[in-house]
Amino acid sequence: MKIDNLHVQERNAGGTFIMVEIDKLSVSYGSKKVVNALGPISINISSGDIYAVIGPSGCGKSTFLNTLSGIIKNHDGKILINNEAINPKKHNIGFIPQNFGLLPWKNVEKNCLLSLKIKRRAIDSEMKERIDYILSKLNIGSLMNRYPRELSGGQKQRVAIARAFIMNPDLLLMDEPFSALDALTREEAQELFIEIWNQYKTTTVFVTHSIEEAIYMGKKIIILSHCPGTIVEIIDNPLFNTENLREKEEFLKLSAHIRSIIKKGWKI
Amino acid sequence: MKVNKKIKLFIEGFIIFNILWYILAVAINMRVLPKPTDIYFNLANIYGGKLYLHVLVSLYRVSLGLIISLILGVTIGLIMAYSNFWNKILNPLVYFTYPIPKTALLPVVMLLFGLGDSSKVIIIVLILVFQIIVAVRDAVINIPEETYNPIKSLGASRLQIFTNVTLPAILPELLTNLRLSVGTALSILFFAEGYGTQYGIGYYILDAWTRIDYISMYAGILVISLLGFFLFILIDLLEEAICKWKA
Repeated sequence: MKIDNLHVQERNAGGTFIMVEIDKLSVSYGSKKVVNALGPISINISSGDIYAVIGPSGCGKSTFLNTLSGIIKNHDGKILINNEAINPKKHNIGFIPQNFGLLPWKNVEKNCLLSLKIKRRAIDSEMKERIDYILSKLNIGSLMNRYPRELSGGQKQRVAIARAFIMNPDLLLMDEPFSALDALTREEAQELFIEIWNQYKTTTVFVTHSIEEAIYMGKKIIILSHCPGTIVEIIDNPLFNTENLREKEEFLKLSAHIRSIIKKGWKI
Repeated sequence: MKVNKKIKLFIEGFIIFNILWYILAVAINMRVLPKPTDIYFNLANIYGGKLYLHVLVSLYRVSLGLIISLILGVTIGLIMAYSNFWNKILNPLVYFTYPIPKTALLPVVMLLFGLGDSSKVIIIVLILVFQIIVAVRDAVINIPEETYNPIKSLGASRLQIFTNVTLPAILPELLTNLRLSVGTALSILFFAEGYGTQYGIGYYILDAWTRIDYISMYAGILVISLLGFFLFILIDLLEEAICKWKA
């Protein structure tokens, strides 16, 4: 297979529409000496896509996520979700940071339901069903009364995933969500995530520094350049959600391709 | 569980302390240091039922002082943490007044506010409020920025962010500070009750002292210590109830 075939092509397959429209997004820091930290980046994210963002450290990956989540409000360019300017009060944005972002003073149950509480959404029977399904799928039903300090890394991760999916987000953002876990737990967590994702097909953008994770979990892979991060290449990943990924020949080719970009200093 | 442990610790400490006291009293064998047993056996006779009145008056002054200090201190601390403008104005004032030994202001406070309860409460507030202000402000400022990220991405209002993140995050620090404040408040009370009052456990001790009634004096010291311990246990209970999430 030629690497060129992997490149992104506009899909017009049935059922998908553009969920997130990012137009010339750039972020800069500092008031006196302005430093451009990110962009400009333009990309259209269709509903039901998973984008893996990979790039050198300090290229603005986390800035990119923080902007998409509405935490960073000062940016140039446009971010539209469902054709509306991004607004965390209006849109449902799930955000899983690297440290999982659980509030240590809330037990698992309250952490899971935090999104509903903040959004003032009542728990009706349909929501109850959704919550029960997600909790049992993630196997955290028995941990409801525990506090985050009483949980292992893997358990915290599952609670964070539950919290994000329970609110049924328009957009799910994850900042190196699996990097704090040990190798075995990480693989399990990744599989579990994909399983739940397949159920809900939530539009997702996640940042990673692992090529393998990007290939396993990203339908599309965005490679960012050095600071200020701009898009070097978007790869339409044919290996998304493949079992026994590492044994496939294409996996080696694709990761070699990504690696070669990294070696060239994140340029093409 | 935690409180039970503390009570056990208290009883152990109480026993060891009393044994040492007993040995010392026997060794010195002077009227100024009676044996603990003399105090305990006389506790019931001392001043009939009047001791409790002194305790209640003291408790009222300490509680009022603590409550006012907390309300003022937390409010001002939060304002300073949230507003750069107010921090710039108030910070020099807090910094300047912090090391002033405010007990020295007791005469001034008494001249301004009279000899009654208000001057005693005010001197307690004057001393406690600054350390509460500083503790609250620093606790809020020290909350890592990323703690707020998930809740911000949910579009939480300022009030929601405050009640779900800021307040629970500073509560442990606030309780630690409250514990320190209780100890300080009791010492100030003892001093402040030496003037312009006929009630309060501080007055009781000083009065017994001048009357050379050492048994009553020690009983008073014992009671003010128990008062302190009682307030400590209350804070422990409070901590256990609202800071369960902490180890």
